[in-house]
Amino acid sequence: MKRTALDQTVLKVSGLHKNFDGVDVLNGVSFNINRGEVVALLGDNGAGKSTLVNCLAGRIQPNKGTIEINEQALLLNSPSASEQAGLAIVHQDLALVNELSVIENLFLNREILHSNKFLRFFGWLDKSAMAKKAQKLLQRLGTYLPDLNAPVATLSGGQKQVIAIIRAVHAGADIIVMDEPTSALGAEQYEFLMSLIRLLSSQGIAIMLISHNLHQVSMLCDRAVVLFQGYSVADVALNEVDQAQLLAYMNGAVLEMAQAS
Amino acid sequence: MMRIKLTAHTLVYYAFAITMLIFTVLLSHTAFFTTANLLNVLMQTSPIVVMAIGLSFALSVGHIDLSIGAIVALCGMVAAMLLQPFGLTIAVAASLLLGGLIGAFNGYLCERLGIPSLIVTLGMLGFLTGLSRQLSGLQSIPIIDPQFISLFGQGAVLGIPSQILWLASLVCLAYIILNKLRFGRHLFAVGASKPAAYSMGLGVSRIRVWAMALSGGFAALAGLLYAGRMQSARYAIGESDLMALIAAVALGGCSLLGGRVNIIGVLLGVWLIGCISNGLILSGFSSNEQMMVKGIILIVAVVVTSKVNSK
Repeated sequence: MKRTALDQTVLKVSGLHKNFDGVDVLNGVSFNINRGEVVALLGDNGAGKSTLVNCLAGRIQPNKGTIEINEQALLLNSPSASEQAGLAIVHQDLALVNELSVIENLFLNREILHSNKFLRFFGWLDKSAMAKKAQKLLQRLGTYLPDLNAPVATLSGGQKQVIAIIRAVHAGADIIVMDEPTSALGAEQYEFLMSLIRLLSSQGIAIMLISHNLHQVSMLCDRAVVLFQGYSVADVALNEVDQAQLLAYMNGAVLEMAQAS
Repeated sequence: MMRIKLTAHTLVYYAFAITMLIFTVLLSHTAFFTTANLLNVLMQTSPIVVMAIGLSFALSVGHIDLSIGAIVALCGMVAAMLLQPFGLTIAVAASLLLGGLIGAFNGYLCERLGIPSLIVTLGMLGFLTGLSRQLSGLQSIPIIDPQFISLFGQGAVLGIPSQILWLASLVCLAYIILNKLRFGRHLFAVGASKPAAYSMGLGVSRIRVWAMALSGGFAALAGLLYAGRMQSARYAIGESDLMALIAAVALGGCSLLGGRVNIIGVLLGVWLIGCISNGLILSGFSSNEQMMVKGIILIVAVVVTSKVNSK
């Protein structure tokens, strides 16, 4: 059962540690994200963003610390475990199978099966139901694609992005982590993505946006979590700080000042 | 004007039509274009179609299975050896199970050790060939069980030879698995992009092992069909089919790097090679010369399909 209170915590990361061959990549990262919130994850290269995303994706396991999704502590040991818990990741490479069609990608590993029990047992696909549902999902997010049976390889970068996001929504995600979603987009596609993120947020889906673009972050996000050398050094409301301060968090200047005093 | 669209998947239709046309004209003085001869080609190639279907499963996930021929020989022999003491059901079941398990073991080794299937199945080919020779003492094992011979070889239902019935039902089965079932879609996804399939939560290793198990299972079935037709099991059967097999699936439009498989294309690919062999025999080419031609076809098929694909 889903609750609708906006202050409900969807994702709670506490004291996350990850060590690769003796090098500490995450040194105790903690933050919360609430329902419908749009939160930026900032940090320079090597700050630990990718490692954090991989932990959330279930691709690697942290050495210490917990990840709670919808107030349940989880062992995320595979991508499907994360998805089932309600966390979907839109990877920078989008993780779509280019040779498969739009519909096949949207429903991969979540296929709609035939209603006949016997056929269902063998995993018989209900292709027309999937085509209808795909149309609906696209409409819900204000998107139109001329041919849903075309291979994903024929789509533009922006269209692929939308497919990857719709996949996440269709997975029933309560939180979608987007890894550098705007890096390969044109101006128009960028605007569309921004409005899509706002739409999802208004529907109660939390978004965690990983980005280098501080301008974009301050336009779109409610809050920013800043990583520096594997520490979460700041968790700030974006209407309370300016870009210069964010930069100071990202390059560790704030941390050094604190240590000096 | 209707535009002809040439893709790796449609190539085989044109190749088939053109070859048949040329052969019909060139070999009009022979028995090539007679019902009896074409039916003969159909019968002779049916075990190869079954092997090619198995290979298609392996290819769909980006594997190759070089041990198919050796599994054919071993499983045919195992069935022949078990027929007398244990009866039809156990012999057939054991043979199919053995084929599936060998395939699964191939797949498991690839996943577990991270080595290419080319190497694993080449090693398996050597091992199984030696094992078959050892077991048989280089003698063929006669089969006298009339039920077995009727089921897999000489029998017929309503006048349709059982070999053709096997062929038709297995092609249908493979078509359904690949095009109608969730499993088939997962095979293509894994073959087309392992990382994406993994990110979407598919059990990539499990799917690849299953694909190899199917390859082995279909090979075992081909072994039974060979044994039924020849009323004996021989250690060398299937040994010489590998090249024709790979040429056929390449002609059929299968990417040797994984991805979507067109099972009708594979079927036509096998028939095309079968007709070419048959035509060469009728024209008086020796078996050595036929082998040379098949080798050339293999290379040409792969080159043409990859050229058509990259367009």
